[in-house]
Amino acid sequence: MKVLVAVKRVIDANVKVRVKADGTGVETQNVKMSMNPFCEIATEEAVRLKEAGKVTEIVAVSLGNAQCAETIRTALAMGADRGIHVQTDVELQPLAVAKLLKAVVDKEQPGLVILGKQAIDDDSNQTGQMLSALLGWPQATFASKLVLNDNATANVTREVDGGLETIEVKTPFVMTTDLRLNEPRYASLPNIMKAKKKPIDALTPEQLGVDPTPRLKTLKVAEPPKRSAGIKVKSVAELVDKLKNEAKVI
Amino acid sequence: MSILVLAEHDNASLKSATLHAVTAAQKIGGEIHILVAGAGAQGAADAAAKVAGVAKVLLADDAIYGHALAENVAKLIVGLAGNYSHILSAATVNGKNILPRASALLDVQQISEISAVESADTFVRPTYAGNAMTTVQSSDKIKIITVRATAFDAAAETGGSAAIEKVASGGDAGLSKFLGQEVQKTERPELTSARIVVSGGRGMQSGENFKMLEEVADKLGAAVGASRAAVDAGFVPNDYQVGQTGKIVAPDLYVAVGISGAIQHLAGMKDSKVIVAINKDEDAPIFQVADYGLVADLFTAVPELAKELNK
Ligand SMILES: Cc1cc2nc3c(=O)[nH]c(=O)nc-3n(C[C@H](O)[C@H](O)[C@H](O)COP(=O)(O)OP(=O)(O)OC[C@H]3O[C@@H](n4cnc5c(N)ncnc54)[C@H](O)[C@@H]3O)c2cc1C
Ligand SMILES: Nc1ncnc2c1ncn2[C@@H]1O[C@H](COP(=O)(O)O)[C@@H](O)[C@H]1O
Repeated sequence: MKVLVAVKRVIDANVKVRVKADGTGVETQNVKMSMNPFCEIATEEAVRLKEAGKVTEIVAVSLGNAQCAETIRTALAMGADRGIHVQTDVELQPLAVAKLLKAVVDKEQPGLVILGKQAIDDDSNQTGQMLSALLGWPQATFASKLVLNDNATANVTREVDGGLETIEVKTPFVMTTDLRLNEPRYASLPNIMKAKKKPIDALTPEQLGVDPTPRLKTLKVAEPPKRSAGIKVKSVAELVDKLKNEAKVI
Repeated sequence: MSILVLAEHDNASLKSATLHAVTAAQKIGGEIHILVAGAGAQGAADAAAKVAGVAKVLLADDAIYGHALAENVAKLIVGLAGNYSHILSAATVNGKNILPRASALLDVQQISEISAVESADTFVRPTYAGNAMTTVQSSDKIKIITVRATAFDAAAETGGSAAIEKVASGGDAGLSKFLGQEVQKTERPELTSARIVVSGGRGMQSGENFKMLEEVADKLGAAVGASRAAVDAGFVPNDYQVGQTGKIVAPDLYVAVGISGAIQHLAGMKDSKVIVAINKDEDAPIFQVADYGLVADLFTAVPELAKELNK
């Protein structure tokens, strides 16, 4: 079985994101970019499936500007076999990403597509669900455990509001990763070197027959309201007194 | 304009998340209908009919909706969508699972986790773990929206007397099957709707030590939460996680114990009314958002707190 993983390039999770003074977006100049952490988990899961002999080929797909190729290289260094870069400078929103990924899936015919549950920049949590809808496939979102069965089904454990839930889906299907699915590996130096030789195909939205024009117009990006700094209390007794008599919350 | 709100429920009763989504719908303005898709869900439909400001309840009662499988519920929503200008759900795991699927089928770009309504087509939503508030305007014919519950008050649970209309099942997509669940049973209030939340982090060192926090929580009638580090270490179950990728809470009082205050954790709790931090590191970032900070070893402070609350 072939697996496709969608890997997004985002501002690194450890960067303190700053809103631009003119309110048009956030600062991206000289800011460290990385693979979305949930996409690392997606890639790791695919690599583990391949190591377990359940998967024959892993294709890493990223959509966006020229630098997204670096994110694909990261996936290749982790163990993906080849990359597809859908190149565009248009701002991509989840519906457009899902349509583009569908076109890639139609060409590649994987048995499983793994995405992150959420991109930590737009925090949308939509793309995997949308892709499976467009494909008419089952969706297994918020996955914390995957077991591929022999009869063209899979059991997926999902992190839901009350705890955990397990569903059975038919293959092919779309899965989105939650934090506890696995712990992604670091790419070793030899594997980073090897990744440089792995092929990355470039495609455009036009070639895929998709109009990626955004449906949501960003009118303004603003800083959230700041909390004013509080006080330090000296003892537990003082804390309880403040909570009772000043804040009046207990 | 009519607005459809997808109910979050357990068949017998309505979850409070729905009440917050109803308030968001009221801010948009229009006739509000609640969709209850469930199995044996008359109880939830009856509760929905009593919610203030609701004009109609649509009840789709079928075994295939028993576990809110996205493939089936999305199909149902798509069949009903023609009558609505807006379709909303609380940004619960169910809402996040189902609505984007319906959205794609309707060729609509969903607007995720709105925290404010500017007008019928313009909404504010947190992005970058809440570090940037983004105002977006939708050009889609139908607006499909998930609602951050903590940003909207709950609509009154009573006062309404909506008619309940049965709607036909949308049919089984036959793509997935519910196998089972591990649900945490607790007598404590639900994390996302509790008035007080007491959370522990990696500093707790073990699941056993969380008992100290539970004791404090029980004295305060509080829910217990955790940082990702505490969940990943296996101290507590996954559904305790508060943060960017866990639950969003905004209680009257949030007590963070042995939590450093990483941006991803703050994203889930910084809208709490009063924040208390107990941490032995006086430079921990959590103190920058805490109204009351106590620099102390939690292993002495927490038992002391339990004792002090007895007084
Ligand atoms: C994509 C992504 C998503 C994430 N989502 C979330 C999320 O939703 N929620 C979340 O919480 N995190 C999330 N994180 C993780 C986050 O970045 C932090 O790693 C995590 O919040 C740290 O948890 P912590 O504060 O418990 O642990 P630490 O950062 O290790 O802090 C432990 C604290 O305990 C204090 N301490 C230790 N011992 C004692 C003692 N005896 N007495 C008093 N204080 C003590 C220490 O001083 C320290 O400040 C996410 C990260 C990523 C990359
Ligand atoms: N531009 C992109 N390139 C590759 N994958 C993407 C892109 N945008 C979204 N995704 C995938 O969709 C997931 C969820 O993103 P979102 O729905 O935007 O929160 C990500 O974790 C990726 O797996």
